[in-house]
Amino acid sequence: MNVKDLEKEQNEGIDTLPSDERRNFMKMGLAVTGVFLGGTVLSLTSVKTAKGGNTDSVIPVEGQYPYTKHYGMVMKQNNCIDCEKCLVACRETNHVPIGHGAWRTDIQERLTTVDGVEKREFRPILCNHCNRPPCVRVCPTKATYKDPETGIVVMDYKKCIGCKTCMAACPYNARYFSHDKYAIDKCNFCLDTRLAAGEKETACAAACPADVRIFGDIKDTSTEIYKLLHEPDNKIWVLRPECGALPNVFYMNA
Amino acid sequence: MANNSITDIFAQTQDTRLATPGMNRATIFFLVIIILGLGTGVSTFILGHENTYNYTRDVPWGLLISTYAFWAITSTGLCIYAAISHLFGGTRMAIVSNRMVWMSIICILGAFATIGVEIASPHRMLIYNILSPNPTSNIWWMGTLYGMAVGCMIIEFFGIVTGLARIAVILGTIGAVAEVLANSCLGGVFATLPARPYWYGGQLPIYFLTAAFLSGAAATVLFNYLAYAIRGDKMSDSVKNGVKSAGKAMTLVLVLYSVATFWRLIMYFVGGSELGRIAADALISGPLSINFWVLEVCIGIALPLLLIILSRLQNVGLMAFAGFLILVGQFVARYDLVAGGLLVPGTLGWDNAPTYFDYVPSAFEFAVVFGSIGVVSFGFLMGERVFGKVFDQKEHH
Repeated sequence: MNVKDLEKEQNEGIDTLPSDERRNFMKMGLAVTGVFLGGTVLSLTSVKTAKGGNTDSVIPVEGQYPYTKHYGMVMKQNNCIDCEKCLVACRETNHVPIGHGAWRTDIQERLTTVDGVEKREFRPILCNHCNRPPCVRVCPTKATYKDPETGIVVMDYKKCIGCKTCMAACPYNARYFSHDKYAIDKCNFCLDTRLAAGEKETACAAACPADVRIFGDIKDTSTEIYKLLHEPDNKIWVLRPECGALPNVFYMNA
Repeated sequence: MANNSITDIFAQTQDTRLATPGMNRATIFFLVIIILGLGTGVSTFILGHENTYNYTRDVPWGLLISTYAFWAITSTGLCIYAAISHLFGGTRMAIVSNRMVWMSIICILGAFATIGVEIASPHRMLIYNILSPNPTSNIWWMGTLYGMAVGCMIIEFFGIVTGLARIAVILGTIGAVAEVLANSCLGGVFATLPARPYWYGGQLPIYFLTAAFLSGAAATVLFNYLAYAIRGDKMSDSVKNGVKSAGKAMTLVLVLYSVATFWRLIMYFVGGSELGRIAADALISGPLSINFWVLEVCIGIALPLLLIILSRLQNVGLMAFAGFLILVGQFVARYDLVAGGLLVPGTLGWDNAPTYFDYVPSAFEFAVVFGSIGVVSFGFLMGERVFGKVFDQKEHH
């Protein structure tokens, strides 16, 4: 249909448009004008070539996913009640040794005072599986690398010389020396223990009774994580954005 | 001379004046220190690093990394001065340059001995540094370049001993370039980590190079003084002039290093990252403040400057003592730099995290440090004994 034919058509108005279509049109418009994210966003670094992040947002930009799948996690931080089921599930699933500071995921807490009332705040943490991971860059033997299929930061234990540079480089304290493996170890989003077996969630996310940890493929528009990240009303932040690591673990309040 | 047998070469290079019972006892003493110190280090592979070194998840590096950096930086300094002397000639330090090449090799071996028992699986390093190199890794470049440098310097030294001057100059130059690049990458290991604001930034590699020039000059003055002291011999005028030149370089770089240290610390208090400021505070008024004010500033900078002024750059003994104090200060400075970057929790404010993590080196770590001092002391004495005549250069050619 050419433009002249279109001119002859009668305007059908917006009354008959399904709301989904209107929403899509709005989204497209917002994306084009650069305010797609709506809510408050944190600035990362102004690196034009950065994959999965842009200058205005901590959220990956569509079309810039360098991996076949792009796994990430959203933490609904204020839902966390510190039941620690995630920690137990992680340790059991991934055989994380006890002692010597070995953990793949943890829950941090702090006391804040709101209107004179003391309030306890919890914050789950784990490897952020960064798009620009400092640990991967510094490893002398490529013992840690981004899995090209999933974007997950994984370990090849046999190559790890135990120089601990990755531990010093990680902004998130996500790495530990495993005396069992005699190598550095870390969260791998249960890639070998669950995802490889067809599971859709990590052990920590599956164990969470408070709907805190939302795991999924950020690339897949049908996933909950995609929707949470791209809902304009959601205020999304990441930890230590100043490090420029472009993390894939995002935080919001439910 | 190149075609002579090894025995013949040693016969011409050794200094029989040092074949005394006292020297033998000293050499054996340092050998025992090496065996005990590095033996303790090797035992950690059986006992487990996690049980023997006081490294934690929060503070993954400590005394051994800083000791490694100290010896590596000193080696670079010695190598640079020797190369400048060999390559360009004309400098008064050329007369002591052969000793500097030897001590540069020895210092880097002290560094390797330390890092060899610090990393958890050095055997994997030997394999995968070659099979799976990561060109973006500063550690990879640093290790490769230091390895290359020591190889070049050993051949250079062979050239010096056998009179193959051309080989010595070429390999010496390549070795020195490799040492400078390696030193730069060592600085880069720390400087390129945004997670540690106390280290992050372009100034640090230059700071490391400045420290190399300082430590190298201090080591030149000290080792040459000791070389003559153990013989009970007086320096010839030309050697004395060479050592005085090194003393001048030491003084000049000490001033530059002090300026760099001053501004480096001031920067943290005028803005920037809070974590960087807290780390700098660890040195100014926190857990590293005694290290910083007493050992780094007073012992390592102020007192040496005073001694140098008192010596009027003429009294080699006083300058050698100043050089020793500078090296003590530099050793502590490396420790404070490593510890300062790691003592501050990245998640400050959560988990009731302390302002500073606790880290006190373990007895195993101290043992390895003594072992590395043993390596350098033993290497120094062996050098003087076996290659004494090579070091006793009459004139530079």
